[in-house]
Amino acid sequence: MSQLQSWGRLSQAEHHTVALSSQSLGKQIMSTSPGICYGMGRSYGDSCLNPGGTAWLTRNLDRLISLDTKTATLHCESGALLEDIQRLLLPRGWLLPVTPGTQKITVGGAIANDVHGKNHHVFGTFGENVTALTLQRTDGETLICSPDGENPDWFQATVGGLGLTGVITSAVLKLRPVTGPWLTAETIPYQSLSDFFTLSRTSESDWEHTVSWFDCLSGNQPRGIFLRANHNQQPFKPEPDKKRQLSFPVVPPVSLVNRLTLKPFNTAYYWLNKRKAGISTVHYEPFSYPLDAISNWNRMYGPKGFYQYQCVIPPAVSQDAVGELLSILRKYRQGSFLAVLKTFSDRKPAGLLSFPKSGTTLALDFPNRGQKTTALLDAMDSVVSRANGRLYPAKDARMSAAMFQQGYPELARFQAYRDPGITSAFSARTIDC
Amino acid sequence: MSQPSTSHRPNIIIIGATSAMAEQCARIWVSRQACNLLLIGRNTEALSSIKADLQVRSPESVIDVQMSAMEYAEEIQALTEQALTDRQPDTVLIAHGTLPDQQQCQDDIKQAEQAVRINGLSPVLLAEAFIKQMLENNKGTLAVIGSVAGDRGRKSNYVYGAAKGLVTRYLEGLQHRLAGSHVSVVIIKPGPTDTPMTAHLKAAGQKMATSQAVAADIVSAIDHKKPVCYTPGKWALIMLVIRNLPRFIFNKMDI
Repeated sequence: MSQLQSWGRLSQAEHHTVALSSQSLGKQIMSTSPGICYGMGRSYGDSCLNPGGTAWLTRNLDRLISLDTKTATLHCESGALLEDIQRLLLPRGWLLPVTPGTQKITVGGAIANDVHGKNHHVFGTFGENVTALTLQRTDGETLICSPDGENPDWFQATVGGLGLTGVITSAVLKLRPVTGPWLTAETIPYQSLSDFFTLSRTSESDWEHTVSWFDCLSGNQPRGIFLRANHNQQPFKPEPDKKRQLSFPVVPPVSLVNRLTLKPFNTAYYWLNKRKAGISTVHYEPFSYPLDAISNWNRMYGPKGFYQYQCVIPPAVSQDAVGELLSILRKYRQGSFLAVLKTFSDRKPAGLLSFPKSGTTLALDFPNRGQKTTALLDAMDSVVSRANGRLYPAKDARMSAAMFQQGYPELARFQAYRDPGITSAFSARTIDC
Repeated sequence: MSQPSTSHRPNIIIIGATSAMAEQCARIWVSRQACNLLLIGRNTEALSSIKADLQVRSPESVIDVQMSAMEYAEEIQALTEQALTDRQPDTVLIAHGTLPDQQQCQDDIKQAEQAVRINGLSPVLLAEAFIKQMLENNKGTLAVIGSVAGDRGRKSNYVYGAAKGLVTRYLEGLQHRLAGSHVSVVIIKPGPTDTPMTAHLKAAGQKMATSQAVAADIVSAIDHKKPVCYTPGKWALIMLVIRNLPRFIFNKMDI
């Protein structure tokens, strides 16, 4: 038994851990099910946990299988890290089309959560860029699934399927050509929600990456920083390895994000970034994965951990609902340091349970203050649910079964593809309760 | 980066290439520059998937695989001859091993025999067979993965420890013999490392180094021809204490 935590550090439960290895996968999984896959533990809540039960560790399944430069695809095992793939392939002129705010995640996790990035309106989700995957069922069956070839229905269930349809053991990923690591980025300070929506609308046709941070303590017309960027044509130059990896060395006894620090943090962040207003050239890593520069940044929230709350609200009511969510924050006198707004475009989702849908997504972090925090999140749920929005399971540790089931109308169809030998704390809480 | 394309490619032979540490070493080597690699192991399927992986990482590298059980002198002789045909290694890494269950070795001496053969005799005979040719070439570094377990016998794994101790004593002798030549011998002594071989220990909650970190130390020790390399480094200190504990204290310890 060993203790596993997810990124939110809300629990620390014993798991029977089984390190999967390529050679004996099927047998290992069959003989130790029921379980759930655990890769880098970067899901925030409990979708990668199975307290007291089996956790299949996928990190050793990190072999690359083949690179096809003609079709621009990479076939690799599911424990490979997006970071390793990108650093390996960048000098050869390739990157992954879609990555989320961290690249320290496994390919399997990226598929199971159908993660998205700042370029959703151009490349869609991670799952939209997978051309095939191998699924190991706990009864010993192996399925090859692809979106428009074999087992397309299994593919659709597995992308965004939270690891519940079987163990994803390998995948074929589309690559995108790039000349180098450089982005031309523009930083635009804004002063209200409607400015944000205008900026989003007008940026999407010309800019691949769009995202925005805002100061959630700055009233109901919050100020914020809008970022947009495109890959440029500056070539790759190998550079000496100089970047020092910072690390959050210890868990402080209390959350460093608290009522005293939040206001100055947000104000300072706004003014520091406002000074950068304008166009600049930035490397894709600090632009896309700013927090990857600090290992274990999640420790900043102290021993009790933190909740992340990420919802998506349909376009017609986006602005009103976001405004309403902000007023709830004020009412509960809680705020968030990481507050991110981004719009999703209208695309057919890759998976039955994929999170992104047309509208605006809002992500907030809250230090865990027990009942005070869960009451706030429950109040926010009612706004999201009234607006016909939904929450992101990868970030969730507490939504109700009703909230999940209402947000994901394809759940009933998905159930037919469940693997009975797989269970997670998330599935037990929201589906099988 | 400005190396001419005709520059010398390192010739590397890895025995026990499917071990987690060896696989990570191979990844480091091919990530630095194109290599000529020979991977030797017992499991063809694993060897070919490792070869495919390394080839994606370094399309310019030339990677060959060779199967061998590596147990008996005749097999080792044949393996060495085949491996060294048209090949003058710069580096030979001997990395294979198993972690036997101490209790089973006590209950069944056949298991003890197998454990000593694979972890002790086999690497020693391999080293002897390879060193002959390396001396003729008068170049190259031979590195063998021993273990901290070989530094002092302990009740929890002394059969494995004895085999690894054999490797250590043998390599010390070899280092003595080769002093003054251009051939170097590196003894690697990893502490408990997170690999498939130790999965049951990890499941029991033991803290372990990652095979990536250990591999980085191994590659660096080979680069610097370090005679003895404890990895992670803290084990040098821990084992200094363990080796020198008086018996009346040591025998009371449950380790």
